[in-house]
Amino acid sequence: MIVAEQKPFEEIFEAVKDYDKILLLGCGTCVTVCMTGGEKEVGILSKQLRLAAKKENKNLEVLERTITRQCDEEFFDEDTAVKIKEVDAVLSVGCGVGIQHIAYLFPDVVVRSGVNTKFFGANMQQGIWSERCAGCGECVLDKYEGICPIARCSKGLMNGPCGGSSEGMCEVDPENIECGWQQIYDRMKRLNKLDKLLENQPPKDWSTHRDGGPRKIVREDMMFD
Amino acid sequence: MARNDIKTDSRLEGVLKKGEFAFTGELGPPKGADRSRVEEKARYLKGSVDAANITDNQTAIVRMSSFAASAIAMDCGLEPVMQITTRDRNRLAIQSDVIGASAMGIRNMLCLSGDHQSFGNHQTAKNVHDIDSVQLVAMLKKMRDEGKFECGDEIKNFKKADLAPPKIFIGAAANPFAEPLDFRVIRLEKKINAGADFIQTQVIYDMERFRKWMDEVREKGLHEKVYILAGITPLKSARMAKYMKENVSGISFTDDIIKRMEQAEDQKTEGIQIALEQIEEMKKMEGVHGVHLMAIGAEKSVPSIAEKAGLLPRPEVGDVVTA
Repeated sequence: MIVAEQKPFEEIFEAVKDYDKILLLGCGTCVTVCMTGGEKEVGILSKQLRLAAKKENKNLEVLERTITRQCDEEFFDEDTAVKIKEVDAVLSVGCGVGIQHIAYLFPDVVVRSGVNTKFFGANMQQGIWSERCAGCGECVLDKYEGICPIARCSKGLMNGPCGGSSEGMCEVDPENIECGWQQIYDRMKRLNKLDKLLENQPPKDWSTHRDGGPRKIVREDMMFD
Repeated sequence: MARNDIKTDSRLEGVLKKGEFAFTGELGPPKGADRSRVEEKARYLKGSVDAANITDNQTAIVRMSSFAASAIAMDCGLEPVMQITTRDRNRLAIQSDVIGASAMGIRNMLCLSGDHQSFGNHQTAKNVHDIDSVQLVAMLKKMRDEGKFECGDEIKNFKKADLAPPKIFIGAAANPFAEPLDFRVIRLEKKINAGADFIQTQVIYDMERFRKWMDEVREKGLHEKVYILAGITPLKSARMAKYMKENVSGISFTDDIIKRMEQAEDQKTEGIQIALEQIEEMKKMEGVHGVHLMAIGAEKSVPSIAEKAGLLPRPEVGDVVTA
């Protein structure tokens, strides 16, 4: 899923405090699962905003709503669209994709962002998410038996660990970052495939990544005539 | 090309191929734009070492470029080993530097991934890592031996001209101490397969582990495929040793070294004594072809260490025939 984190409250409040009426719009997909921008967080954040506004003698009216997916037009129902158009600004706690989709669908409406979108990650345990995919556009996972060095090595090294791996952790942050190459090595060993690591991997084609410019997928088989 | 074919007119290459015990040093470029500091350090090192590594923004702190400082060192008669990290430059920038450096007469180039920018003075920088150090070695080999850029285009001044490939004696680093330990010889082998001519190791304070690593290296016959220079840095104090042990990944210490440093009356002299003993052992160790002395900030002490280690005068290489 896309993992996001709520921005510091002060930053969010600063961005919306001078409006009279805003719509706090949550998203029911990724940010709900990572407990950042779903219905529950919308409820809490709207209360915080009202309280902070009251303290500063501001007249801030906060409407609340959470739709299934902000990145898909079909979930912007009539009622939501009316509300978006009637407020001074929409404060979205969807990911960066959702926020941009609101800006795209409602060109005359001001949108403010309540989250920092972080990465594609997995839920490791309650309250912990880890980055797993860098979206490079040309998957190399088969070469590394299911552990991605692009996403999970701090330097994205494709041919083995640098000298900064110690006790399974990466020197960049030994408390929090696991050495991706230690994990690749351990897994290859477990699967009895260490010989695969001796093969030198050539430079990657980054044109499929962001380096080739913004990406778009066109599936003609899926399109209506 | 086999290890023994002469590839360049590098002095370091000449020394190694003559079968002499090589001795390289290290010169850290200054943070300012004044060349006199490089010249001063080069004067200390010249004549005492076969070549000196010119570091490339080491510890991710911005300094005079390795390319420029290498050129200044050469002006002073010191042969440079130009370090290239993949942290700051992509394949375009690196290849353009490499043909430029070769045109300037720089021959030895050491391929590194580089310290992560989070350790340096521009922690908010974007890192590059378009290629890694193994891919960098392979890229330089392709440029030199096939006369081709990474993309496959031929390296020549204009369309109908002859190939004008760079002349490079290709170096890479090896760390016998970092984890996973069992991967370390595999990683060395990958660099050799990619085309490394010589290897400089991480600084050694754990001879036991180093001997074991060399056992593995010899078992695979890798010492016959590449020249290995053992990394040595004289300790300045017991405090420095303890700090490094606790805070620097990829460096290993045996307890006796720390104990010796703590008990010494003059810790600096003891540090040099330990280094001299290590050099003595390296001279006798099968498969070790030289020592790389990293005395950054202590370039001045290199001639006396070289003298005490019996490494002076440095051998003459005469006229080496370039391939």
